[in-house]
Amino acid sequence: MIPIGLIESTAGTLMDKAAIEIPQDYLDGLKAASKTEDGDLSSFVLKAMLDNYEAAKEDRRAMCGDTGVPRWFVKMGNEARIEGGPVALEAALRRATANATSGVPLRPNRVHPLWRTDHNNNVGIGAPEIEYGFEPEGEWIDLITVHKGGLFGTDYRMLFPSDGIQGIKRFYLDSLMAFGKRGLACQPAIIGIGLGGSKDTCMVLGKRASTLRVVGSRNSDPKIAALEDEFKELGNSIGMGAMGFVGKNMVIDCNIEVGYCHTGGMQMSVHAFCLSSRRAVARIFPDGRVEHRTDPDWFTDYQRREGIDWEPALEAAQ
Amino acid sequence: MSLREVVLSTTPTPEAVADLRLGDIVYLDGLIYTAREGVYMRALEENANIPMELPSESAANFHCSPAAVIRQDGSFDLGAVTATASFRFAKWLPEWIARTGARLIIGKGGMSSKDYKEYFVPNGAVYLSTVGYGTGALLGRGVETVEAVHWHEELGIAQAMWVIRARRMGPFIVASDMNGDCLFERENAKIEANIDRIYEGTKPAVMRRYGETDDRSDEIIG
Repeated sequence: MIPIGLIESTAGTLMDKAAIEIPQDYLDGLKAASKTEDGDLSSFVLKAMLDNYEAAKEDRRAMCGDTGVPRWFVKMGNEARIEGGPVALEAALRRATANATSGVPLRPNRVHPLWRTDHNNNVGIGAPEIEYGFEPEGEWIDLITVHKGGLFGTDYRMLFPSDGIQGIKRFYLDSLMAFGKRGLACQPAIIGIGLGGSKDTCMVLGKRASTLRVVGSRNSDPKIAALEDEFKELGNSIGMGAMGFVGKNMVIDCNIEVGYCHTGGMQMSVHAFCLSSRRAVARIFPDGRVEHRTDPDWFTDYQRREGIDWEPALEAAQ
Repeated sequence: MSLREVVLSTTPTPEAVADLRLGDIVYLDGLIYTAREGVYMRALEENANIPMELPSESAANFHCSPAAVIRQDGSFDLGAVTATASFRFAKWLPEWIARTGARLIIGKGGMSSKDYKEYFVPNGAVYLSTVGYGTGALLGRGVETVEAVHWHEELGIAQAMWVIRARRMGPFIVASDMNGDCLFERENAKIEANIDRIYEGTKPAVMRRYGETDDRSDEIIG
């Protein structure tokens, strides 16, 4: 049984880490980008961002004044049991979100869409979102918090098989051009692309591709992995850098996730996880151990399974 | 090319503003207030009295809501500070600049050269862009004190009018000048040359969308 108090205190720590500490994989990606950058203005921007990450950690203050819209991804091993059950879990995550908003502090971004009511704690109807995943083995629970920006850099389009890879490429470029100008996407970003599913799941796939996969990871399908490489290079060959200034670095990495879709369609979504790619992860065990990390490791073979039953031996042999 | 660094007062002289060049890096000293849609609507549409002496106290309007909290004893804890995209405020800015004498509009992404020529230049105002975006921790370090928070009960923490004392707060980038030229449009023009090359081999999507045609008598197929 995993103690609920430990879940809430760990969740509080994760809120703090996500807002303040740039994940190492993104930092490494941005440092590599800043070495190749030769546009004078875009170079200045990347250097300022690297200084900013240091300042945030030294002062223990949020990296960015817009601290995004906090949300939670929860993954459980099949044998995990939570004290108080899922309702207690959700209450703990909502409390941790509210407490961190005044504690860090975060910007209270969440308001009612019509009445603009602001509880000043990032909690409200449907906020924070809490999404779930499961793994075949384990007594642990993974808490993942992501504080993605909430305004620009995301789009969806219904494409069709006759649009083909060229159609995917075009919509990808359209999204980068639209949100890259003036730097609205806060690039260089981790670009996530969702392909397939239905409209809603396509958006979810793309969002998870940008926020739950780290820089340098590749899809387990080698042909999709090759497409990720190609799209990263394509995005960086536009000639647009940070803030939309002339530059070589728009895409720190490109991650693609797919889901089976209607036979007539080829849904596509594009998401940009920004210069403050806020994510933090911890695994909690029933014996009270807590292991912090920054890789959500969400897209396991189990999450991407294709068959009816989960038969790991069979999948591994394929 | 190295970029020029300028330290500027938030109640700048007309000469100091006129001297700014596109791409200069600016650090600010003095009082800055935040104002975005909530403040504009309350001041300009509901005609509430602006609770500051403008522009004598400050001529610097920041499109920002800080990551901050008002403690129970009334004191403030202000962490990171970054801008929000300014183009959404074009509706209110001409009247705001005219009424308050703002000379420095600070935000994210800038405005169009049309905006600059129509109501920035005639009022002696320029646009300063934050950097990144998201140098929130660096800008937060430039805040010496929070002097006041107005209208937080009416508008909430994010939309309230925060008055902060800046000490060498920055970096910001000069994104418009007294010719009404726009830094971002200049950069767009340089990038434009590549567009045909990167789109080569692609064709428009099979199904279009309204927005790609604004003629609603058009069909979106084919």
